[in-house]
Parts: sequence; structure tokens; C-alpha cells
Amino acid sequence: MERLGLGIAWTALVLVILFLLLPIVVVIPVSFTEATVFRFPPEGFSLQWYAKIRNVDGLLGALWLSARIAALATALSLLLGTLCAIALVRGAVPGAAAITTFMVSPLMLPGLVLGIALLQAAREVGLRDAWWSLLLAHVVITMPFVMRTVLGSLSLFDFAMVDAARTLGCSYPVALWRVLVPNILPGFVSGALFAFIASFDNYPVSMFLVDVRTKTLPIQLLNYLEISPDPTLAAVSTGLIGLTVLVLILCDRLVGLRRMASI
Amino acid sequence: MSATALAAPATPAPARRLDPLALLALPGLAFLGVVFLLPLLLLLWSSIRGAEGFSLQGYVRVLGDPYYVGVIGASLQLGLVTTLGALLLGYPAAFALARAKGGWQVLLFALVFLPLTVSIIVKSFGWGIVLRRDGILNWAMLNLGLIERPVRMIFTEGALYAGMINVFLPFMVLPIYSVVRMMDPRLPDAAATLGASPWFRFTRVTLPLSLPGVVAGVSLVFSLAVAAYVTPSLLMGDRYMTMSMVMAKAFLNLRDWQLGAAMAAVLLAVAAFVVVGASVLQRRLGGR
Repeated sequence: MERLGLGIAWTALVLVILFLLLPIVVVIPVSFTEATVFRFPPEGFSLQWYAKIRNVDGLLGALWLSARIAALATALSLLLGTLCAIALVRGAVPGAAAITTFMVSPLMLPGLVLGIALLQAAREVGLRDAWWSLLLAHVVITMPFVMRTVLGSLSLFDFAMVDAARTLGCSYPVALWRVLVPNILPGFVSGALFAFIASFDNYPVSMFLVDVRTKTLPIQLLNYLEISPDPTLAAVSTGLIGLTVLVLILCDRLVGLRRMASI
Repeated sequence: MSATALAAPATPAPARRLDPLALLALPGLAFLGVVFLLPLLLLLWSSIRGAEGFSLQGYVRVLGDPYYVGVIGASLQLGLVTTLGALLLGYPAAFALARAKGGWQVLLFALVFLPLTVSIIVKSFGWGIVLRRDGILNWAMLNLGLIERPVRMIFTEGALYAGMINVFLPFMVLPIYSVVRMMDPRLPDAAATLGASPWFRFTRVTLPLSLPGVVAGVSLVFSLAVAAYVTPSLLMGDRYMTMSMVMAKAFLNLRDWQLGAAMAAVLLAVAAFVVVGASVLQRRLGGR
């Protein structure tokens, strides 16, 4: 009976992993096909679809736009979120629990509702510029990820350690740098990473804010998928998957994957 | 994985005057107040604003029309089926993941975690390749002799459910995993020493201890699935309209803002119900 339970659990885990990886792994062989459709099994081997990425209208521009928006939004969230987290952990803030809930609440809001609300508000105040409305929206999207992890690691940190370092002869800034920063760095890195991914991948909010010339990568990809679905998309997807794996390995080396996701 | 899981930071002794450190919270609060709360209130306001003043016309149109009631029902059904499927697969898997040893656990964890970071567009595109008439699943079944000619799978409800479970499954596995990992594995053993049968041990010891993770996973998956847009529109198109798809259509194609705003308010109410319900349940579970 005990063994049966464990057997079921392990079978389920193997099935879950195969099931989760299936739609991700299949795009890789398709990206190297010689055929113009994605039939399975793929025929021959060619890199033509990778070469075609450059010719797809607006794809590289969208990639660059998404990367910039995600990086800027994450940086702004880190700045605003960290200040807020310091106030909540170290200061006497009235209604701290309510403020915490408010700061992470965009995460629980359906993406489309947020997108519509922002579209309407932007029209109301006459903000016509897609770039700025995208950036503001993405700060809202990224804030909960940063708040949760930074607040989590700050409230776990024992500030008496900073005093201890000062007693041992460190100046205040040095004590912060040598004791506080290494302790809360994993929280910062994982928060920033999640925030970046959430922004980079966002579709439901961005779809209301883009215009013809300012399109983020997910919007551009979906447009392309609807207009001309060919293996170029598989090539782009393979590239994105490779990038993701690289970032995950990097994060595992830097802070440890499990430590990152446990917050 | 919910806001309630965050311990509210302890506030030091009551402030005599306003603590200057507390002012650091202001920029972030002001930002979300203007760019998040205000637009949301504006949206709710516009759902009750007609051509001449106050009007509930939007809600009458959404809740009085069998078509839109059907759409709400379809979204709820999609959310329920997705949540149930993810729970049945994810619960035992989370246990195995939590009990895996050392390096294996890191590797298996990474494999469950990786799909979360892959774009939803890429995954939906991949599902298309899997399910196509000349796709991998038909190819495999043909070669195994299970079927004689390719079957149509894409654009069926079964394919939609499978795709939805595929996208949201990690959100079920990870919260349950993080609760089970913290569980003392000696507790069921202790129950066994006291003569409890395996079934009794599971239902009375293991299951109740893992419930906080289940509540977190279920509420997360349901609220994400009920509001899903990309997966249903790519895998089913207009054949399976969800609340999100009606909203997108109302705002982008029909320019019918009142309809869209009322639908958004309904979706918001569903989401708020799930969040509040989950936090009440969590408090009950934690307060025993």
C-alpha cells in the first residue's frame, strides 16, 4: 500500500514532466526542417528558418522593444518596491498589512481587466504614446513580483547583524554592503528575474496598449502566427527557449534555483 | 503563492509621530494609486455610466442575455475542469518532487519550473504542432497502430482542456510542493507506529497537512484559468468564447465600452471571490 502510493506519485511526476515539456520540445526539431510546413517527423535538415528570422518584419524590433521595456520596468519596480519594503520592514507604517496586500494585488487581477482599465485611463488623460503607456503598465505588472521577494528577504534578515558588524569595526556603509547586501541578494535577483519574465511575456495587458509601430514581442509573434504560420516561428521559439535555459542555469549558479522559487 | 502567504511585517512599537522611514513607502504607493487603483475605479465607474448619467444597462445586457450568461458559464467550466485536472495530476507529482533526493530534486524541480518561464505563445504554438492532423500525436498513434487514419484533435474541447492544464499545471505543483517539503515525514510514520492504516494515515495526517498548499494552488490555477485569453483563443478561436475574449472583442473590435466594462466587472467579482475565499480558508487552516 505504501509502495503503491509512492509508485503513483512517481508515475505522476514523470507524466507531468513529459506532459509539460512536450509542447516546448517539439518546436526544436520543427525549426530545423527543410519543408515549408511543420509536418512531423520533420524532413531533412536546414537552417533556412533561422536565416529568415531577420527578414520577418518588425520581429527584431519587437524583441528589442520588449527587452527594453522589461528591463526599465523591472528597474523602476526594484527602486519603488525596495523603498516601500524598507519602510514596511523598518519603519512604523500605519496599516502595513493593508499596504502589503495593495502592493502585490496587481498579481491577482485578471490581466485583461488591467489592460482595459489602463487603456481607458490613458485615453481619459490624453496619453497617446504607446511606449510610455506600455512602460507604466509594465511597472504595475512587475511590482508584485519585486515586492513579494524583496519584502520576504528583508523581513527574514536580522538587522542586529548590521550592528554586530559595526561593533566589529565596520563603518555603516561597509556593514550594509558586506552583511545586508549578500543576505538579501537572492531575493533581489529572483524578484528581478520573475519581474523581467512577467513583463517580457505579457500579452493580455500589452494587447490594449500597443500601436502599429510599437509592438512587443508576444504581440508580434501572435500576429505572425495568425498571418503566416511557418517554421520561422519554430526557429524564433527555439531561440527563446535556449535563452530561457541559459538564464535559468545562470540563476542556479548565482543563487540556487530552489532557493529562488521557494520565496 | 498568494499574498496571504506573506507574513505581514511586524510593526515596531507604536509610532510617536510619523516615522520618517515610513515616508519611503510613499513613492511606490503613489505610483500604484495613480497607475493601478485609479484606472480600476474609472473602469468600474464607466460600467455604470450610460449616455445620460447612471445606468445599469451594461449589466442588464451581460446578465440578461443568454449568450453572455453562456459565456460566463463556459469560462467557469473551463476554470473548473482545468483546476480539477491540474489537481489530480499535480498533487501526487508534488509529493514525489518533495521526496526526491539531492541532485535529483534540483533537476526535477528545474524541469517543472522551466515551462513557467517559456512564453505562453511558444507553448500554444507547440501544442498546435502536437495536435495537428499531421502532428506528432497522430504520427505516434498511427505508427503504434492505435488508429488507422489521423484524427482531428485541434479545435476540440478535449484539446483545449489539455492545453489549459499544460499551461497552468506548474502553478498547482509548486505551491503544494513547497508545503509538502516543509512537512515532517516522520508524522505519518508516527501514526503508523500507533497502528493507523495507510488509508487512515493519508486522510487524517498527510492530506490535512498539505491542504494549505492545495488551497493556494487551486485558487491560483482557477483564477488564472477563468481569465485565460491566449490559450483558448489560439486553440479554439471563436468556437469557445470566454469572458476575456468577449472583453477583448468589445474593446478592440466592437468599440462597445459599456459591454466590455460590465464583463470586466463580472470577471473582477469572480477573481475577488476566489482571492477572498482562499484567504479565509487559509486562515481557518492555519488557525487550528
